[in-house]
Amino acid sequence: MTFQHFLFYLFTFFAVGAALMVITRRNPVHSALFLVLVFFNVAGLWMLAEAEFLALALVLVYVGAVMVLFLFVIMMLDVDLAALRAGFIRHLPLGLLVAAILFVEMIVVLGPAHFGLSVYVAPDPAPADYNNTAALGLSLFREHLYALEVAAVILLVAMIAAIGLTLRKRPETKRQVVSHQHRVKKEDRLRIIKMAAEEK
Amino acid sequence: MEFLISLYQALPVWIQILLKIVAILLPLILTVAYYTYAERKVIGYMQVRLGPNRVGPKGWLQPIADVVKLMFKEVLLPTKADRRLFLIAPMISLGTALAAWAVFPFNAGVVLADINAGLLYILALTSMGVYGVIIGGWASNSKYALLGSIRSAAQTVSYEIAMGFALVTVLMAAGSLNLGQIVAAQEGGFLHWFWLPLLPMFVVYFISGVAETNRAPFDVAEGESEIVAGFHVDYSGMAFALFFLAEYANMILVSALTALMFLGGWLSPFQGTFMESWFDWVPGFVWLVLKAFVFMFFYLWLRATFPRYRYDQIMRLGWKVFIPITIVWIVVVGVMQVYDIGWWFDQGGVR
Repeated sequence: MTFQHFLFYLFTFFAVGAALMVITRRNPVHSALFLVLVFFNVAGLWMLAEAEFLALALVLVYVGAVMVLFLFVIMMLDVDLAALRAGFIRHLPLGLLVAAILFVEMIVVLGPAHFGLSVYVAPDPAPADYNNTAALGLSLFREHLYALEVAAVILLVAMIAAIGLTLRKRPETKRQVVSHQHRVKKEDRLRIIKMAAEEK
Repeated sequence: MEFLISLYQALPVWIQILLKIVAILLPLILTVAYYTYAERKVIGYMQVRLGPNRVGPKGWLQPIADVVKLMFKEVLLPTKADRRLFLIAPMISLGTALAAWAVFPFNAGVVLADINAGLLYILALTSMGVYGVIIGGWASNSKYALLGSIRSAAQTVSYEIAMGFALVTVLMAAGSLNLGQIVAAQEGGFLHWFWLPLLPMFVVYFISGVAETNRAPFDVAEGESEIVAGFHVDYSGMAFALFFLAEYANMILVSALTALMFLGGWLSPFQGTFMESWFDWVPGFVWLVLKAFVFMFFYLWLRATFPRYRYDQIMRLGWKVFIPITIVWIVVVGVMQVYDIGWWFDQGGVR
């Protein structure tokens, strides 16, 4: 067993273990933190597959931003655990059925007959000067430019739609308009009046 | 000397790496200790006070006294706290703050891990540092701590975007994510450094860095006037010291990175002028440290002079000012790169 094998099994062990913890922990914050651990170990696996850009992007985007927002929401919500567990037994048969279907499908698709080393030969290890980020960028912007642009536009539409759906204009809310504040002159706010001196 | 070098080379690789890590961390931790001293002195002088002056001559031993004090104080565990997470949180904070230094080049070729995607690695690790704050604040089981950690989470995520975009312009100008090559791309003297073509990004990056490290005037996560000390209100002794150490290590990292990416890192400022030969004897490391010290001083200066931002103003600055500026500047840099404008953008293509 080489060092790479050892690392692979280490990362896989922790990824699977943490994934199990995600669905078994009672406290949603613990679950979310174990999900972070899953992402981290999967990033390690991608690093072993010489996809360092994807690995770091996974940590940067999912661990650094998405999960932070997840935790943000979970910590603010008071999740009622009893309500979450109430329907467990009733929905168990359906859940088991879905799990079984997924399991069988994965065995069929990912089994050695279709996905084994004989079908997809392991690529040669990249040379030392191989730059994964540059290779990915060149491929995305040369061969897959249109697909990339379409994906970008779809994401933009989704973003605008999400903002549009949640944007509420309420007349009673007061908000500061910084440009107005900057334009304010002394004359607008201050009134100097003359008055006779008062005696005490 | 030669004997020592041959002894070093005879060691197994992992011991060599360990020695290198110690050689990075030991000076770093010493710098942190004396940075806290400098902070108190500088802010003291700015406010016409003397600052610490009791322990040792001119108070030079103050940081040592602080360390000893923090080491021997009891680490209190709040009764209803989540014990494990409460203790893990400061370790995450410090771990990510220190691990980011692994790819930091101190001179041409003097780097622990010379990886291709160094910039991305640093961005990924600094974005993970917020977990220490969030977990610590939540695990304390206290309203103030939770408020502090939630503020910190929102703020970090907001400023990370501006920071990331600012770094995109750097990597566009340099044509590489490797920190050593980013410095190499700025070769040629003061006017060749990236501060000039990326001037708005230079400002945005440093301010976002201040916001990311939760320092004044962006320190709403601790806001002592409203939420006591924010996320670390329940921490004491060594656990608090780890948070403290992480914060200062992060400040030094942001300062050093700003120097590296916008002020030419270890390159001499006199390169290309008649004075170049006068300063040939100065090692590049010294220039890097001097440049980093400028930004480390800025941190203290900001803290001494600016009132704390209001929370909605922080969000406005991040989302409505910085992000549009950075997006516009990415286009500007792209145009400059395509039309080879100036001497910064003539490298061409991917390196």
